Amino acid sequence: MSANRRTPLYQWHVDHKARMVPFGGWDMPVQYAGIGPEHKAVRSAAGVFDISHMARVSFGGPDALTLLETVFTNSVATMKDGQVRYGLVCNEGGGILDDILVYRWPYGFAAVINASNREKILAWLDVHRAGRDVQIQDQTFDTTMVAVQGPRSVGLVAGMFADDVSRLKYYYATPTRYKDTGCVVSRTGYTGEDGFEVMVPNALGVALWEELIAKGAVPCGLGARDTLRLEAAMPLYGHELNDTVDPIHAGLAWAVKLDKGEFVGREAIRRAAADTARPVRVGLEIEGKRAAREGCAISAGANAVGTVTSGSLCPWLDKSLAMGYVSPQFAAPGTRLSVDVRGSALDAGVVPLPFYKRK
Amino acid sequence: MSNPSDLRYAPTHEWAKLDGDVVTVGVTAFAIEQLTEPTYLELKPVGTQLQPGDRLGVIESYKSTSDLYAPVAGTIVERNDPLVDDGKRKGDPKPVNDEPFGAGWMVKIKLAPGATLDHLLTSAQYDEQLASEGH
Repeated sequence: MSANRRTPLYQWHVDHKARMVPFGGWDMPVQYAGIGPEHKAVRSAAGVFDISHMARVSFGGPDALTLLETVFTNSVATMKDGQVRYGLVCNEGGGILDDILVYRWPYGFAAVINASNREKILAWLDVHRAGRDVQIQDQTFDTTMVAVQGPRSVGLVAGMFADDVSRLKYYYATPTRYKDTGCVVSRTGYTGEDGFEVMVPNALGVALWEELIAKGAVPCGLGARDTLRLEAAMPLYGHELNDTVDPIHAGLAWAVKLDKGEFVGREAIRRAAADTARPVRVGLEIEGKRAAREGCAISAGANAVGTVTSGSLCPWLDKSLAMGYVSPQFAAPGTRLSVDVRGSALDAGVVPLPFYKRK
Repeated sequence: MSNPSDLRYAPTHEWAKLDGDVVTVGVTAFAIEQLTEPTYLELKPVGTQLQPGDRLGVIESYKSTSDLYAPVAGTIVERNDPLVDDGKRKGDPKPVNDEPFGAGWMVKIKLAPGATLDHLLTSAQYDEQLASEGH
């Protein structure tokens, strides 16, 4: 018996023959019809994902802004109401504890945190709130979160909410109403496509999910979510990101504002930025159809120069793609390398990231 | 999912079907469900001599990579080549997904002298294994 948590859509997934797997302490659907068709549906039309396992936390009180500025690498003070911003939570050594989204509201803030890091980040926030007047509320278990992603997303959600969410700019969110009940819709996602992420009270989770599917969105599991984010070269915590990696070498310097004022890890990240010897994140295109997997060694001739952090045959581009860390002298696009896949040395080339960018 | 009763099974999810002294080998529907749809298949060439448990090949999906093992002792006498990627030709392993117990067969192994299928699981025993693994 599994002791994992179940989202409000769990029974729907099981009833619709999803293959369920444990992920970050939850039982989640890895696929319904198949990773390939689900992935292609998102690139060509629209797919819908249960992402209720992601942790959702709200922040209120006069010191919410300073707490977030302290623990988040990106700037919060410069955010407009309704804006969403990606950034990292780092430790004092500049190692990444999580990558999160911060939402700014007229009345406070919210954050979406990786499922597997929920308890760690809540504890981290608890440490840093000491002496500050800030209320932190974990809303993960009260709300259902669904992502609708793909070029047809805008048309698909038309008329579903009290407000016209098609007017949302990318990385903006709005409180609105679904079936006369308050909810939040944001123009965000983790697939490389246009789309929305919607948070509703649990009582409306199944209704929202079924309405999106009735309007043509294809139910997609975490398998397609992983191949989509890989193709779009988005890092995944536990693979590209962990507490031994700093944001600069992870290729996320754009999400770090060293000049915004003091924050945890700032001095270490500043030092790391000047360190030109550390391995950096790169994209690899591998010859043939075999997938490189996490942990595969990357070589230049006879020399080990790095390690794969994620890899798969990618359904849309139909290429074997991988991300990994290599020594900086081997990181330039065009560099020829090889990847050891279970004893076979596969030819690979460094290519610019992202592998896939929507038109 | 039903596992045909005329086949024998390895605990590592290969099936074996005896016909004279030739054993047809594939992987079970359960294995494919766990793997998710196959994207790549590599198999040892015709002529390869195998002992039970020897590596027979590799199967990959978008999600994961698994080794395949020989269920019986013998020599590969035939390979389902259209499924196989051998570096020169791009195979299509889709039949493994669609008909794992039929068109998705992988190799035929001529039993070594004295070799049998007796060490393999019956369908009832294999069903029991899947049940005990919580499936």
